[in-house]
Amino acid sequence: MANRALDGVGGFLDDRFRGAKSFRTLFKKIFPDHWTFLLGEIALYCFIILLLTGTFLTFFFQPSMTDVIYHGSYTHLDGIRMSEAYASTLNISFDVRGGLLMRQIHHWAADLFMAAIFAHMLRIFFTGAYRKPREVNWLIGIVLLTLGMLEGLFGYSLPDDLLSGAGLRILEGVMQSIPIVGTYLAFFLFGGAFPGHLIIPRLYILHVLLIPGLILALITAHLFIMFHQKHTQMPGKGRTDKNVVGAPLYPYFMAKTGAFFFFTFAALALASTFAQINPVWLYGPYTPVAMSAGSQPDFYMGMLEGALRVMVPWEWNVAGHTFSFNVFLPALLPLGIIFTAAALWPFIEQWITGDKREHHVNDRPRNAPTRTALGMAVITFYGVLWLEGANDIIADHLNIALYTTTRIAQVSMFVAPVLAYIITKRICLGLQRKDLHLLEHGVETGIIRQMPSGEFIEITRPVSEEEQAKLAFPARPPGLPAPDSADENGIPAPGTRGAIGKVRARLNTILTESVELPGSNGHTNGHGADGSGQAQDEPEHAAVPAGGVPDGSQEIAPGAGQADSGSSGDDAPDQ
Amino acid sequence: MRWITARRRHPAAGYAIVLLTLVAIGLGYAALTGAGSPASASAPAPGQQQIARGQEIFARNCASCHGLEAQGTAVAPSLIGVGAAAVDFQVSTGRMPAAEQGPENVRKPPVLDTSQTLEVAGYIASLAGGPAIPSPEQVSTAGADVAVGQELFIANCAQCHNFVGAGGALTYGKFAPALTQATPTQIYEAMLTGPEAMPVFNDTTMTPMNKRDIIAYVTATRTEANPGGFSLGRIGPVTEGLVAFLGLLLFMVVAALWITAKQGKPREHE
Ligand code: HEC
Ligand code: HEC
Ligand code: HEM
Repeated sequence: MANRALDGVGGFLDDRFRGAKSFRTLFKKIFPDHWTFLLGEIALYCFIILLLTGTFLTFFFQPSMTDVIYHGSYTHLDGIRMSEAYASTLNISFDVRGGLLMRQIHHWAADLFMAAIFAHMLRIFFTGAYRKPREVNWLIGIVLLTLGMLEGLFGYSLPDDLLSGAGLRILEGVMQSIPIVGTYLAFFLFGGAFPGHLIIPRLYILHVLLIPGLILALITAHLFIMFHQKHTQMPGKGRTDKNVVGAPLYPYFMAKTGAFFFFTFAALALASTFAQINPVWLYGPYTPVAMSAGSQPDFYMGMLEGALRVMVPWEWNVAGHTFSFNVFLPALLPLGIIFTAAALWPFIEQWITGDKREHHVNDRPRNAPTRTALGMAVITFYGVLWLEGANDIIADHLNIALYTTTRIAQVSMFVAPVLAYIITKRICLGLQRKDLHLLEHGVETGIIRQMPSGEFIEITRPVSEEEQAKLAFPARPPGLPAPDSADENGIPAPGTRGAIGKVRARLNTILTESVELPGSNGHTNGHGADGSGQAQDEPEHAAVPAGGVPDGSQEIAPGAGQADSGSSGDDAPDQ
Repeated sequence: MRWITARRRHPAAGYAIVLLTLVAIGLGYAALTGAGSPASASAPAPGQQQIARGQEIFARNCASCHGLEAQGTAVAPSLIGVGAAAVDFQVSTGRMPAAEQGPENVRKPPVLDTSQTLEVAGYIASLAGGPAIPSPEQVSTAGADVAVGQELFIANCAQCHNFVGAGGALTYGKFAPALTQATPTQIYEAMLTGPEAMPVFNDTTMTPMNKRDIIAYVTATRTEANPGGFSLGRIGPVTEGLVAFLGLLLFMVVAALWITAKQGKPREHE
């Protein structure tokens, strides 16, 4: 019945719009049902809410740095000279009906937007969802994150309060620290000496027009690509690189995702009703001579703030020019390296593993111990600098000396990531061994039985089919040829030659370190654990509802991974 | 409290405060000066008897560190010339007599009562003068301008005490305390004497009127409502970031778990 109606609507749209794919198929599109797949959706909904509330704010906000004397209803600033931008923000907060609520929703939404992007990105990384064929979407994601940071920074600067001005001052300092061109760049951006009268109108256009436009375009591309390539899915029974298991868009996923939008909206509305954010009236208008304790950026810029705070004073004076490495390096290096490395990572990983297959079933993080450990190391590094960005607050509230916090950060930014790497890797390998144990010996039931011989044994039950599909290890990438190995004609395999080949082989060993299934080494022990999804790999099994032909064309035949993985056997299980 | 808040903008409020203050001064004056000795402009001049009592209290409580003649020792500075204001500030905020040696003397319940404090203050003032304890009119906020106070506070105090006086960290384990407890007199005295890491704001750098503006700002901000909801400590974006992660994002993750927990019949596609 519902389906008939659906076909009707789909048919109506198809008749009129003739989409490349029919709307009928669209409605039946399958979405995987895993909570981590909703993280990106939080960001999407926040963006929609940001567009709506932001538009409301533009009706009342005056992007102007002209001096005015304030005589609004916030009497604590009555008669004070301030910029029009600041005065209009006060007006939005105190004189526009619902204005304060809108400002707060806008700001909480910006915070949640960025938090959700971070979480979404980590999910993609740790499950390996960025792997072929999704590298482009990963890159788009990183650009979106960067744009989001900029958009937030610029928005934060618009009200022209004490903290936003302090943020701009730092921005100016960072620009000036760029060797040779820095002072000119800062001069162009601010249209003269800091703060000038141009920066707010300029940031305003960037904030309400250019960057939201770019973000919108990229989100659209992001979603279209995702739609075309289909979702990845977590490993499980019947899930293969050739199908997507989940709920169809209509009615299940539409209902769920619609509800989820309202959850997002409700969370933001509640937060904005009950938790005050960016009380600019308390900060006062910006003046270059003032500064407050606890001046901080929003959290998504906190890591940069920390990088600046952790840096040792280090300046060169060469022929009358000052090279302020104390600002230049921390402002650009740590985050620059993280973002560049993140952008290149899918390609680096491909090169190291030689794995050119498409992947539509994700890894459980434990099944890629080195990747997971690397990710945790980066998070730790980021986290240390992030905390350092709030070091004055931490020092004040935890009663630690301010410089002690900086010392701790200076040491731990190098030590903690290494520890995090080692610990995470051990944990992953341990979890893998546990899984292996389950696959080989079944689940311990907790029932102890005494044998006639007097011996005690614990009853185990074999893992169910579902559990096995989840636990089974992914097919390992085909091993790299050994460095300098030659084929029968004496020609070394490409990419294995010389020093680079050796490095690559070494990296390969590290990156693919993993607990190995006994089956994949040839000594199958009859537990059937080696068939990581063999049973599900039969294409006939994919009972496709609507005549869809699998278009995730496979380079590797099912099971080929297992066959190959034996050849890399450099790290046999050490148990 | 509510009662006062509701009425403090009443047209008669200013007069009421002035009247109350005058009565308080009169009573305080009578109580302190006893036999009607001549008074200085701001604080009542202590009689010889009080100075003697002050010296006695000083010898018992303070001399171990500051020396018998308040001349200073290896552990504590000389108090000659610091004035009654410094003593009143230090003792009434409980900082003196100092307890354990931390990076900074912190506020705690005062050890000496008010009259003892005034006696010690009188004794120290009798040594070499110095800033006197401000009179109640000097610290009165009647007629003071909160907006000017906010401007002055942001320009002179916020870099250490944060924009609303919530406090902040300084170097070497020192910190600028939150200004949530200091009385108007103590705020005035702090500016006048500059305790520890705090600079002195004497009457030329900050006029007495401006000091009253600042006092008006600090005290008014304490009770100022937060129109946007809970204040989150008024310490800037750090707590906001915490709420964004631990409140908003966590809430949304729970929502996502809940929404995906109910699985329909799984289907496959393409
Ligand atoms: C345990 C030692 C100790 C005791 C007891 C003590 N003080 Fe102090 N006092 C100090 C130290 C140390 C300082 C310096 C603090 C600083 O500025 O770093 C100080 C500073 C002061 C100052 C501020 C001086 C200035 O330059 O502004 C005053 C006033 C003062 N003390 C009064 C007293 C009085 C009155 C008592 C007795 C009730 C007392 N102290 C007891 C150690 C002590
Ligand atoms: C350089 C930093 C700094 C500046 C600027 C500063 N203070 Fe302070 N302030 C301090 C420190 C440090 C203390 C604590 C002194 C102590 O514990 O002996 C303090 C203490 C105080 C106290 C006592 C608080 C209490 O509860 O006992 C008051 C009141 C105060 N300051 C007001 C002000 C005002 C008003 C201004 C601006 C006119 C100001 N301060 C500027 C650092 C500063
Ligand atoms: C990714 C998207 C966006 C982010 C992260 C973002 C972030 C911010 C932030 C942090 C502020 C400071 C708010 C405050 O005063 O507390 C701000 C202000 C503002 N934003 Fe946005 N914003 C976004 C999109 C938009 C859009 C699309 C518009 C308009 C079409 C807009 C219009 C404004 C205006 C007018 C202000 C200044 C008003 C005010 O500060 O009260 N924003 N933005």
